[in-house]
Amino acid sequence: MSFAVLGTGSALPTCVKTNDDLSQILDTSDRWIYTRTGIRRRHVITSETVLDLAAEASRKALDAAGISPQDLDYIICPTVGGDYITPGLGCNLQEELGATCPAIDINAGCSGFVYSLDTADGIFARKKARYVLITAAEGLSRIMDWNDRSTCVLFGDGAAAVVLGEGDGLRYLKLRTQGCCAPLHGRFPMGNSPWTKEEPHTHFVHMEGQEVYKFAVNAICTGVQEALEETGLSPEDIHHVLLHQANMRIIDAARKKLSIPEERYHCCIEETGNLSAASIPTLLDLCSRDGLLHSGENLLLCAFGAGFTSGTAILTWK
Amino acid sequence: MTNLEKLEQIISEYKELEPGSLTAETTFEELELDSLDLVDMTMACEDTFGVTIELNDDLKTIGDLLDLLD
Repeated sequence: MSFAVLGTGSALPTCVKTNDDLSQILDTSDRWIYTRTGIRRRHVITSETVLDLAAEASRKALDAAGISPQDLDYIICPTVGGDYITPGLGCNLQEELGATCPAIDINAGCSGFVYSLDTADGIFARKKARYVLITAAEGLSRIMDWNDRSTCVLFGDGAAAVVLGEGDGLRYLKLRTQGCCAPLHGRFPMGNSPWTKEEPHTHFVHMEGQEVYKFAVNAICTGVQEALEETGLSPEDIHHVLLHQANMRIIDAARKKLSIPEERYHCCIEETGNLSAASIPTLLDLCSRDGLLHSGENLLLCAFGAGFTSGTAILTWK
Repeated sequence: MTNLEKLEQIISEYKELEPGSLTAETTFEELELDSLDLVDMTMACEDTFGVTIELNDDLKTIGDLLDLLD
């Protein structure tokens, strides 16, 4: 027994910043950003908290699933970081929703949602749950260096949730970790310990674009090909492809190398930027609410991120 | 087909080239590939030639790349 997706939801901050807006504070332009990333605009937190976004997305998913927070048996929050170092976002969300179940965070960078699906699969397999809420939420604008034009333009803030119930919707899931810190990382903020010998540093996200691009394209191609081989599905059997929305150039490069029909790839990066762990579930919610997903169709999800981590899953829609 | 001709075929996916215009002396700066095209092009070379290519400051010309393919 595994799970089926019973409901989805998403939430974005109200403040939208276009590439032209960014060109007011950085030496950049709409053309430079769009041709290199496929991004036109992103939503950024102003007065909202990450918890606000997480709660809004969760309530929408719970409504769509037709269950209440008290029905939940587990809450999993894939995130690079909520509003506090501790407690985790999952605990904050449990309190906000009025749920009573255990709640944890999973930090697997941008792959966190697929990693959380794997954790949920284990919870269902042990028959520990009837309903699991996965809410991915990110506020990466808080940890960007807004003087680093090559990185800060890529990311946006947002949250997305899925409610899972018992079912047979998970056909395949495989995770990979290739420990490699230097090309993509953000450091813990400096404290004021009188004994630290740590060199002064910032907590901003550091990314080496070429290294990440190479890892990402290889991770997608390897992950998808393995998934097809191990399930015996053909490219034609995949009805929807939802890749991590990091950069349109990565998506296009992978799309050219794979044999899945081009029209089956869904994208939202133009409007959202890279939402890290919230990227795939946001895209999933948009596709679901647009009525694009039909019962019995196969969805291929593939994520990659800091770690390096990657994960590929095939879900059959409810 | 020589390695230079194969490279010209690969690079023409990213940049319009006059046939035979690519030489060992052509620099990547002259080709005006952006950073992601450059890494994608080296990945295509890795697939074609079965080698691993590290992008670094020593890789300035087509000749430098040809040296890695032999």
